[in-house]
Amino acid sequence: MQSLSNKSKVVSDKPMTFMEKLYLPAILGGMWITFKHLFKKPATIKYPEETRVFAPVYRGMHVLKRDEQGRENCTACGLCAVACPAEAITMVAGEREKGEESLYREEKYAVTYEINMLRCIFCGLCEEACPKEAIFLTDRLVPTEFEREDFIYGKDKLVESLTSPVDITVRQHTGKRTEK
Amino acid sequence: MFLEKLIIVVAVFAISMLVALYSTYFERKVAAWFQDRIGPDRAGKFGLLQPLADGVKMFMKEDFIPRNADKWLFIMGPGIVMFTSLLISVIIPWGPDLVVFGRTVALQVADLDIGILFILGVLSIGVYGIMIGGWASNNKFSLFSAIRASSQMISYELAMGISVITIVLMTGSLSLRDITESQHGFWKDGWFSWNVFSQPLAFFIFFVCSLAELNRAPFDLAECESELIGGYHTEYGSMKLGFFLFGEYVSMFISSAVISILFFGGYNFPGMDHFSGNTLAILGVVALFAKTFFFIFLFMWIRWTLPRFRFDQLMHIGWKKLIPLSLINLLVTGLVIAFTNGWFTK
Repeated sequence: MQSLSNKSKVVSDKPMTFMEKLYLPAILGGMWITFKHLFKKPATIKYPEETRVFAPVYRGMHVLKRDEQGRENCTACGLCAVACPAEAITMVAGEREKGEESLYREEKYAVTYEINMLRCIFCGLCEEACPKEAIFLTDRLVPTEFEREDFIYGKDKLVESLTSPVDITVRQHTGKRTEK
Repeated sequence: MFLEKLIIVVAVFAISMLVALYSTYFERKVAAWFQDRIGPDRAGKFGLLQPLADGVKMFMKEDFIPRNADKWLFIMGPGIVMFTSLLISVIIPWGPDLVVFGRTVALQVADLDIGILFILGVLSIGVYGIMIGGWASNNKFSLFSAIRASSQMISYELAMGISVITIVLMTGSLSLRDITESQHGFWKDGWFSWNVFSQPLAFFIFFVCSLAELNRAPFDLAECESELIGGYHTEYGSMKLGFFLFGEYVSMFISSAVISILFFGGYNFPGMDHFSGNTLAILGVVALFAKTFFFIFLFMWIRWTLPRFRFDQLMHIGWKKLIPLSLINLLVTGLVIAFTNGWFTK
C-alpha cells in the first residue's frame, strides 16, 4: 500500500550485529543523553509559588460585565445561550422595576443567569454572540470543587463586583480580536 | 581498645545509615534532574528533610502481617536483608591509620585476612532475606520474585567471585587493607597503580555483577512492577517494607565502597605522599568517600537511563557472557603473573 504520510517505517527482525549484542555502545549513548539532561532547565515549576504565564488570548472563567455606572450590561436576550455549542448557559429574563435603574442598564435584565462550568468548553462563542458587551471570558481559572452542583455558576459568581472590576482588556486587545 | 572499637563500630553504623538515608533523597533528586523536573523540595530547605518525613511516615503506618503468612519468617526477611547489608561495612578500611592521643587507631572495624571471602559469604546470605521474605508472604507474585532474585544473585555471584580472584592474584592477599595498600598513590613503575587500570575487564564484570547483586536497574527483575506488582515486598508495609528498601540503599553504599577499594585505590589518591599523619588519614577518608559517592551516583545514573533486561537476557549475559569472560581474564592474568615472575623458566 502506498504510504500517505511517508512516516511509516518498515519493521524488520534481522538478528543483532555483534556491536548491538555487546549492548555497551547503546548503553553509553543512552547515558550520555541522560547526562545532558542534568544541565537542562526543569520543565516543571514550583506550582503554588510560581504560576505559568497564560497566553494573552487564554479563555478562562466568564465574567458578566457592568458599565461605567455599575449597571449590569446583560439584557437576557439569550443570544449567548443560542450560540453555546455545549448548551451550558441558561437564563431567566425579567422586567426592570421602577427604582432599579441604577442596577440594570436596560428595561430587561437576567433574573438568573447560570453557566454549567462542567458543560462549558470555553470556546468563547457566547462572547462573540453578545450584542451588549456583557459576557467575556477572562484569564481566571475555574476552581475545583467536590460536588457537581457547585460547578453551576450563578450570577453571584459571574457578575463582577462593583468594587473590583475584572480586567478584560488584555485578551480583547490582543491578536486578531482587535479588529472586531 | 574495646572503647575505641566501639566508637568505630557506632560511627560506621551511623555513617552507613546517614548515607543510605540521603541516598534515597538523592535518588529522587537525580531522577528528577535526569527527567527535567525539580524533585522533592517541600520538606525543609531543598527538601532536605524528605528522608525524615519518609521515615516518620513508614513508622506511622500500620504494621501488618497477612493472615496466611508465616509470621516469624515474615518478620525475619527484612531483618536479614538489613543485617547482611550492614555486615560488610565491618571489613572496609575507611582510611589510613589515625593517631589520637598518642594511640594509633586503624579506621577499620576488623581487618579480616579473609576479607574477600567474607564479602562473598555475606552476599550469599543476603539472598536469604529476599528468599525468606518472598516465601513467607504466601503470595505467588512475591514467590516468583524471590525465585527470580535468588537465581539472579546466584548466577552473578560466580562471575563476581572470579573477577575478584584476579585482584587477589595480583595482590597476593585477601585482606582489603592489603589490597588498598598495594594500590598506593596513583603511579607506580611506569603505570597507574589503581587496579582498574591493570584490570579494566575485571572491574567491568564486577560492576555489572554488583548491579545484579543489588537488584538494581537494569537487573531489577525481582521488583518488576509491570509483572510482579512490587516483587518480594508486595505484602510488606510499614517499617518492614522500609527495611527492605533501606537495606538496598545501605548495600548500595557498601558495594560502592567495595568497588572503590578493590579497583579505584580505596583511600589512596594522587599526590598522597606529600601528606602524612592525621592530615593524610583525613584526606584519605575524604578520597574514599568521594569515590564511593561517585559510584552511588553512577548506580543512580544507570537506573534512570536503562530499561530492564528480559529474564532470558539476564541469564544469557550472566552465564554465557560474563562467566566465560571472567574465566579468560583470570587465565590471562595468571599467565602474565607467572611469566613476569619467571615461574616457567625456573
